[in-house]
Amino acid sequence: MSDVFSMSLLEARDALSRGDVSSAELTAAHVKAAEAAQGALNCFTVIDPEHALGMAKASDARRAKGEAGALEGVPLVIKDLFATQGVDTTASSNILKGFKPEYESSVTQNLWDAGAVMVAKSSMDEFAMGSSNETAATGPVVNPWRAKGSDEKLVPGGSSGGSVSALAADIGYGATGTDTGGSIRQPAAFTGLVGVKPTYGRCSRWGVVAFASSLDHPGAFGKTVRDSALLTQTMAGHDPKDSTSYPGAVPDMLGACDKPVKGLRIGVPKEYRVDGMPGEIDALWEKGVEWLKSQGCEIVDISLPMTKYALPAYYIIAPAEASSNLARYDGMRYGLRVEGEDLIDTYEKTRAAGFGKEVQRRILIGTYVLSAGYYDAYYVKALKVRRRIYEDFQAAFEKVDAILTPTTPSAAFGIGSKSKADPIEMYLNDIFTVTANIAGIPAMSVPAGLDAQGLPLGLQVITRALDEETMFSVAAAIEDAAGFTAKPERWW
Amino acid sequence: MSVTEDDVRRIARLARIAEPTDRVAKLTGELNGILDWVEMLNEVDVDGVEPMTTPVSTPLPMREDKVTDGEIPEKVLKNAPKAEEGFFVVPKSVE
Repeated sequence: MSDVFSMSLLEARDALSRGDVSSAELTAAHVKAAEAAQGALNCFTVIDPEHALGMAKASDARRAKGEAGALEGVPLVIKDLFATQGVDTTASSNILKGFKPEYESSVTQNLWDAGAVMVAKSSMDEFAMGSSNETAATGPVVNPWRAKGSDEKLVPGGSSGGSVSALAADIGYGATGTDTGGSIRQPAAFTGLVGVKPTYGRCSRWGVVAFASSLDHPGAFGKTVRDSALLTQTMAGHDPKDSTSYPGAVPDMLGACDKPVKGLRIGVPKEYRVDGMPGEIDALWEKGVEWLKSQGCEIVDISLPMTKYALPAYYIIAPAEASSNLARYDGMRYGLRVEGEDLIDTYEKTRAAGFGKEVQRRILIGTYVLSAGYYDAYYVKALKVRRRIYEDFQAAFEKVDAILTPTTPSAAFGIGSKSKADPIEMYLNDIFTVTANIAGIPAMSVPAGLDAQGLPLGLQVITRALDEETMFSVAAAIEDAAGFTAKPERWW
Repeated sequence: MSVTEDDVRRIARLARIAEPTDRVAKLTGELNGILDWVEMLNEVDVDGVEPMTTPVSTPLPMREDKVTDGEIPEKVLKNAPKAEEGFFVVPKSVE
């Protein structure tokens, strides 16, 4: 075996099953790589070698008994939004500092039941609020990619920025993420990885620290489309503990990657050509269209007229749900407590000290739009626009099987370059991804090329609710045609 | 619609966040920026449109009305900032 780090997840799984390497060896190597990269990339909140090696040894013991699961012994990185029993779970917030859940999230439990091993927990924007991973209480995460001839530090995208920085630096063979407005697809595009947001309800939200409950989608990152398909189908499944969990069977997403795309109708929405978008992104989108056409797809021009209203609707709905979900952080049952003069003073001091600026800003907006007198004007209005956006997609999917768009309006940007400006400028980063969260339909980003500065760009594939199979077939076709093999130059 | 500095203080109070004294002016500007931007939703015709709260349209599942866990006070209290004899300890709130 040449280099354990350059393998894909499927290759690592095969190496483990052939006995070329043990999970203990593989995990130890990844933990060491995580410790070595942390200083430069700041992508982890917890590295617990004892816990990781304990899981790896237990996996090797299961394999010795002939009980290997679908991900037996494979090291993974877990976003710090997933509750992991006995291991700190902080959502990168000071208000949850030191919180050790007494329970395991359903998604991570599914991964452990399949034999996977946790290398480390990855940093994120605080409570998943952000598009650059600059709002973590532990400081900004650094993207392993750099522009040609520059050593400027770039953001990895957000909010699952720690997961992608780790995976792009070849730490772990896959990672978990959550996507509320684009937090899996946007960082995947910024780091040359595959990022999957399945249908709402496909992966259980139980044990995932809540941000905006009707928009939060747990999902997966992989180095390849097939890796991410296997991870997604392993994480997915009905969970009686989440009342919004989809009760139907999980499709064979990995198998769908080998299905030909000939005859599929691919929609190209005109509204995604926005003003001021770099020409390179348009050109890459054109390439994507040509790749699918040459594999026998029919290209159909479509219109999604409500697209531009998705982001403003999101910035009412998400903060409203966040202000309600984050009410539980009051310093009484878990997390930080700052003693005050009385109960209310204690609540107020605790929350002011525990939540960062972006989280406070969104709680305030959410509280305002839900307050008496503004509820109908803002919140109910946004929910009505939400239905109009959903109906846009329903109409489109009568004509097409999948929709192809760019994932982001730009490549990764410099740390600090947008965070100091107007918050809306940062919010616009999710302009292409947020509609799929509003509608609850599956969407994923596939790395498709590099821009002139040598930074990765992604294409997004969107399909009907519950039709992850078509999404993976199209994504695999793009991956095969794009032949994306670029890696960040190693400097960390 | 726009918010004033007094509104921001009032919202912070409702949200149980200690008044961000040094940031009230800045937050007022930011909140107004966001509220001005979302005004564009008024361009959308939503006459007769039902609000959509969830993309999952199936009815909420019901379970049997019986206890499924419990008897785990140590686990429940494990992460409490203050606990005593099986209870959370909270600041006095009634005189």
